[in-house]
Amino acid sequence: MTTAIQLTPQDTIERGLELASAEGADGCVVIVAETSSANLRWANNTLTTNGAMRGSSVTVIATVGAGEGTAAGIVGRSSVTDASLSEIVSAAVATARSSSPAEDARPLVDGTAGAGWDEEPDETSVSVYEKFAPALGETLKRAGHENRWLYGFADHEITTVYVGSSAGLRLRQALPRGFVTATGKSGDLSQSAWVGAATRDFTDIDALAIDAELTRRLGWATRTVAVDPGRHATVLPPAAVADLTTYLFWNLDGRDAFEGRSVFSKKSGGTRIGDTLSEQPVNLRSDPHLPGLETFPFAVARSSGRSSSVFDNGLTLTATDWIRGGKLEALMTSRHTAELIGVPEATPDIENYVLSVDGASGSTDDLVAGLEHGLLLTCLWYIRMVDPQTLLLTGLTRDGVYLVENGEVTGAVNNFRFNESPVDLLGRFTAAGATVPSFSREWGDYFSRTATPPLLIPDFNMSSVSQAS
Amino acid sequence: MYKVGIVPEVDASFLALPRHELAEAALQRAKDLGASFAEFRLERIRSESIALRDSLLESATDDEDLGLAVRVIHNGTWGFAAGVALTKDEAVQVAEQAVNMAQVSRPINAETIELADEPVYDDVTWISSYEIDPFSLPRAEKVALLTDYSDRLLKAEGVAHVSVHVASVHECKYYANSAGTSFTQQRVRIGPDITAYAVDAETGRFDSMSSNVPPAGRGWEYMTGTGWNWDEELAQIPGWLAEKMAAPSVEAGVYDVVIDPTNLWLTIHESIGHATELDRALGYEANYAGTSFATTDKLGTLKYGSPVMHVTGDRTAEHGLSTVGYDDEGVAGQQWDLVKDGILVGYQVDRRMAKVNEDLLGTPRSNGCAYADSSGHIPIQRMANVSLQPAPNGPSTEELIGRVKNGIYIVGDKSWSIDMQRYNFQFTGQRFYKITDGKLDGQVRDVAYQATTTDFWGSMEAVGGPQTYLLGGALNCGKAQPAQSGAVSHGCPSALFRNVRILNTTQEAGR
Repeated sequence: MTTAIQLTPQDTIERGLELASAEGADGCVVIVAETSSANLRWANNTLTTNGAMRGSSVTVIATVGAGEGTAAGIVGRSSVTDASLSEIVSAAVATARSSSPAEDARPLVDGTAGAGWDEEPDETSVSVYEKFAPALGETLKRAGHENRWLYGFADHEITTVYVGSSAGLRLRQALPRGFVTATGKSGDLSQSAWVGAATRDFTDIDALAIDAELTRRLGWATRTVAVDPGRHATVLPPAAVADLTTYLFWNLDGRDAFEGRSVFSKKSGGTRIGDTLSEQPVNLRSDPHLPGLETFPFAVARSSGRSSSVFDNGLTLTATDWIRGGKLEALMTSRHTAELIGVPEATPDIENYVLSVDGASGSTDDLVAGLEHGLLLTCLWYIRMVDPQTLLLTGLTRDGVYLVENGEVTGAVNNFRFNESPVDLLGRFTAAGATVPSFSREWGDYFSRTATPPLLIPDFNMSSVSQAS
Repeated sequence: MYKVGIVPEVDASFLALPRHELAEAALQRAKDLGASFAEFRLERIRSESIALRDSLLESATDDEDLGLAVRVIHNGTWGFAAGVALTKDEAVQVAEQAVNMAQVSRPINAETIELADEPVYDDVTWISSYEIDPFSLPRAEKVALLTDYSDRLLKAEGVAHVSVHVASVHECKYYANSAGTSFTQQRVRIGPDITAYAVDAETGRFDSMSSNVPPAGRGWEYMTGTGWNWDEELAQIPGWLAEKMAAPSVEAGVYDVVIDPTNLWLTIHESIGHATELDRALGYEANYAGTSFATTDKLGTLKYGSPVMHVTGDRTAEHGLSTVGYDDEGVAGQQWDLVKDGILVGYQVDRRMAKVNEDLLGTPRSNGCAYADSSGHIPIQRMANVSLQPAPNGPSTEELIGRVKNGIYIVGDKSWSIDMQRYNFQFTGQRFYKITDGKLDGQVRDVAYQATTTDFWGSMEAVGGPQTYLLGGALNCGKAQPAQSGAVSHGCPSALFRNVRILNTTQEAGR
């Protein structure tokens, strides 16, 4: 067996850039991502799977002149050594040479070495569960004694990304990401409750408190009531609002809107930027520096897409108002698509968002207290696009739908299938609470940096009953 | 084996990796640390994505994920770890981490893990059925073909935009376990997606029409006409799209429907494929993907559908996306019944579930449904190719349509959603044709069908013959935490269903 030399991320980038230059590339970006993660998964009151994983990937983006434009060649590999790096760079340059000019080509983002460039990757391990795991074990035993079933998953991951380019960029950013989701079921499996939360380090996750909340919610199901489908006054807690808002967020693409194939397309052509989406003072904002929701402060693109461009790697990301005061302010763009659709500057995707309503205060419980008759949801599930014209989504309620009467939860009701558009909902809600960190049931495993308020929808469209329990 | 014609070989660069040495080091270390069972995987997954937007190259990537994994049973508890450096030191360290993970997890494990027996397969090799490795061709050649396909659509009247995307995967795996099984396996798959868009400048209304081509366990030959007639379909898409743009909105109600296999495969996936996964029925996915109404107490008695319903699970169908020689626990690929004569008769299982539920299942052997989507993930029970069998000498699609007085013929998949126990589902499609007095009567739009699983399959009056059978599928089925992506195929004929609820999606949106 030959001994392969593992390079540091910094050496990988410097060596990769040198090799690209030697191969005759006009420009090059090298992205190195080092990840470590540890997880625990449980079901039926016992551990089912676990894992401690490490990952490493290198992406080389080589650019060469192609006629009057610039072509890009992209090659990504994991487990890169000194020997394989030259093959990767050669492949990227060769691919660029055989490609036609890239539509999104722009000068590479320039810069210098940023803070922490010389530091090693941050890491996590199973020790992150030092306090959580014993407490979890206690809750599993307790659930067994109390004739309840517990199911759940805890995940912690740290990704450290290094971006270097022939234009001088040397950027490093480490991002922790963790979450726990837990489902409780009654002994006969007829009732279900769910709790989810994001965390950066698990020091703020209390397994006993999660179990207590699950127990409280299962207690609401002592009385069960059958409710027919139809339009119901419905309190969406922050998790359910995140379920819907994340889908809206992912559809804020500028080019799709400009080309007439999005809910954000103007009927007469162009985008709806400047249009009022809601008469309510609703705001949707992303900011890489939001406390507790910190994400990459610079663009990282391993491939070009609708609103991303490999030529934009390293572009500084700044706070962006997508919706302000109910008005659509911006759509996601790369430098290329910003020019295409005629907006003054690129507003790339940022991996977090905060949905808020000016002047709103109070909690989900406060909205429930103000509701004479209606439903309280826990979360939504299997959300899919039905009609992009209106951003009509379908999906289901899950793990707890509760009847609210005279401001109190008085029982559990059946699950429903819904058909609703989150854009419409922003214009129809009649009350909102304060924005709090939230965890989307449907999307939180991938997109956990969200903050949303609870909302009261006077006429949420429950299309049919689901027998699921 | 069904190898005929061109028989590929395992990629030489994968065979050059020190797979035997790494496995030996890892398995020995696990054994030394007291593991009662250990398994090692070395996986290399190459993936290519090419995307064109309006005939211009939007994105093209060439990625490779290479790494190793060790899973152990230590003191009756699972432990799993994965790493990326292909050195003996790393293999040993990963084995130690897996044992450590088992030790940390022991206090919260209430079940002693045991596995169903499986014969030993000693250093065997298996390769999927394909002709042209997509990674063997120059990128420019592939882009040129896709540009031609895109141009054909873009030049057609009424087509405003065209999106083209092709994902190709070349998967090499070496597996070895402490019982003595070891195999080298290579699989190739490809997933094209071509969509044309129309925009009405006056009203702002837009719509799309996608190719019905399913992903398949094939190579680049799929893109040039082997297994799919591109010339015919590309010529038809603009007309289908124009008709859809001009079509009337459907009147919501209850209709008889004939569902084309290009749509029905997805309904099978969601309402049968996932519902017959034993891990779901046992509650292991309760916190994420969900459970199943088809619980073990109903095995052998649950009336899943009408008597014409015969559903099989298999990991053996040629060009199937879930087809393997051996699964990720060293179990050989098999075929078995899931629903027979409309009754639930089987599940998809892995070795642990097979052992625990031996009496229930009536067999001591796993049917080989363990899969991990990369070296970085733990093997879990994943879906086999779950397929609805056609009726021997059964009717054509036209004959099924001929039995309908007032109904809808549904073609192509689009939107899908089903509840956490696989009861309530809603699907849309690419095209919907009104059926009047047994004949197609033009397209309608804004259609979704919604039903409860057993009601829907119970309303299946007839299935088409083998001439209507098509192997559909998906590259991106999600399950488990951490989330894993799986590729799976579903074969089915056209089928006739009575009294299905049809929604008008515009009305559902409150407009």
